[in-house]
Amino acid sequence: MQAFLRDAAEFLPILLEGVRLTILVTIGSLILSTLLGLVWAMMRVSSIKAISQTSAGIINVIRGIPIIVQLFYIYFVMPDLGVSLTALQAAIIGLGIAYSAYQAENFRAGIEAIDKGQIEAAQSIGMGWWMTMRRVVLPQAVRLVLPPYGNTMIMMLKDSSQASTITVAELALQGKLIASSTFKNTSVFTLVALLYLVMSIPLILFVRHFEKKGSRP
Amino acid sequence: MIELKGVRKSYGSFEVLKGISASVEKGEVVCIIGPSGSGKSTILRCINGLESYNSGDILVEGQRVDRDARSIISIRTQVSMVFQRFNLFPHRTVLENVIEGPVFVKKEPRREAIERARLLLAQVGLAEKADAYPPQLSGGQQQRVAIARALAMQPKAILFDEPTSALDPELVGEVLGVMRKLADDGMTMVVVTHEMGFAKEVADRVLFIDGGVIVEQGPSKDVLNQPQHARTQDFLRRVLHPL
Repeated sequence: MQAFLRDAAEFLPILLEGVRLTILVTIGSLILSTLLGLVWAMMRVSSIKAISQTSAGIINVIRGIPIIVQLFYIYFVMPDLGVSLTALQAAIIGLGIAYSAYQAENFRAGIEAIDKGQIEAAQSIGMGWWMTMRRVVLPQAVRLVLPPYGNTMIMMLKDSSQASTITVAELALQGKLIASSTFKNTSVFTLVALLYLVMSIPLILFVRHFEKKGSRP
Repeated sequence: MIELKGVRKSYGSFEVLKGISASVEKGEVVCIIGPSGSGKSTILRCINGLESYNSGDILVEGQRVDRDARSIISIRTQVSMVFQRFNLFPHRTVLENVIEGPVFVKKEPRREAIERARLLLAQVGLAEKADAYPPQLSGGQQQRVAIARALAMQPKAILFDEPTSALDPELVGEVLGVMRKLADDGMTMVVVTHEMGFAKEVADRVLFIDGGVIVEQGPSKDVLNQPQHARTQDFLRRVLHPL
């Protein structure tokens, strides 16, 4: 135990550097995936067929390709097309796009769960499409969507470790680097696991809070 | 002020409206009665563009109703609608429901809208419920809020789509009472209903619809007391004496 604490004191500063990047990647890709997901979802529920099918196509392409391949594509292939990104930028964009498909399906389910009568009532007092979405549909859909959204946040936190494959020195990669140079596998990976867990706890509490709130009338 | 000329509408190969021509004058109360599936509600939904129609014309104050044109917004602010299942916004308070259209669609100053909303809520007997949320109210109360919401738009006419059909029997009276008061105040109303008592006492005119056509129309007492057409007689007999 004492040995572990000594290792912890030694490695934590370096691992916290990784934690900083992990949080950066998670928050960045969370924001991007939420915005993109909203766009896909609103296109998906459009009554214009061309728009909803375009969105369905995009979602299926994104869903059908592993996250890691999407990351490689953005980081290694885009430079050939003249778009160079830093590893961090590529990680945020890659994870953001990859997760936008799941966000979109979640948002769509929320939007479609809203009673059609709500939309008709909004239209009958003269609201256009966008105002109906903003004032009537989305505020109600948010309540339905929040618990699964929290789960997605937890998954994104953990999947941010995939950024290590394109050289972002986030928590998992920092851990691997320290472990392979010191051979203190047990201490290092225990610390890494604990740090991920600590970061997940606020998100788990977030989900639980909204699940409780959601079950109230 | 509302005019329908040869309106036809189909869902796929099923023709719901087979050439409806009718008009509603300013200040008139017109009840539409008929068996379910006859196209009564569809007529209302076409008038304010919730549904499109295939041919014919619907005019509101001389303006053609076309749900894909920008003018539909202005038509909807002139012709309000009250729904069978109330369709209040559950995430907003009663007061917010009532001011939603005036403030966000018609861009009225919030203070004025709130003032008028409180008067309207008093008028439908719900002044003390302004800060409640719709799910906390009874069906009858919700429908009265929906009527206040429709009135808040200061419409030239209100369309009622079976406004009491989703209510428990003991709550029907409070909603019909509010509607009768509106009619007495000269509001133009088109009411799809199964409440024959209301039609007889309040309506100026009754249209009987069956199979997508107007089978019979005229002053309410004539149509309801001495129906001329066999289908009207049969329908009224079944509604008034179900046993």
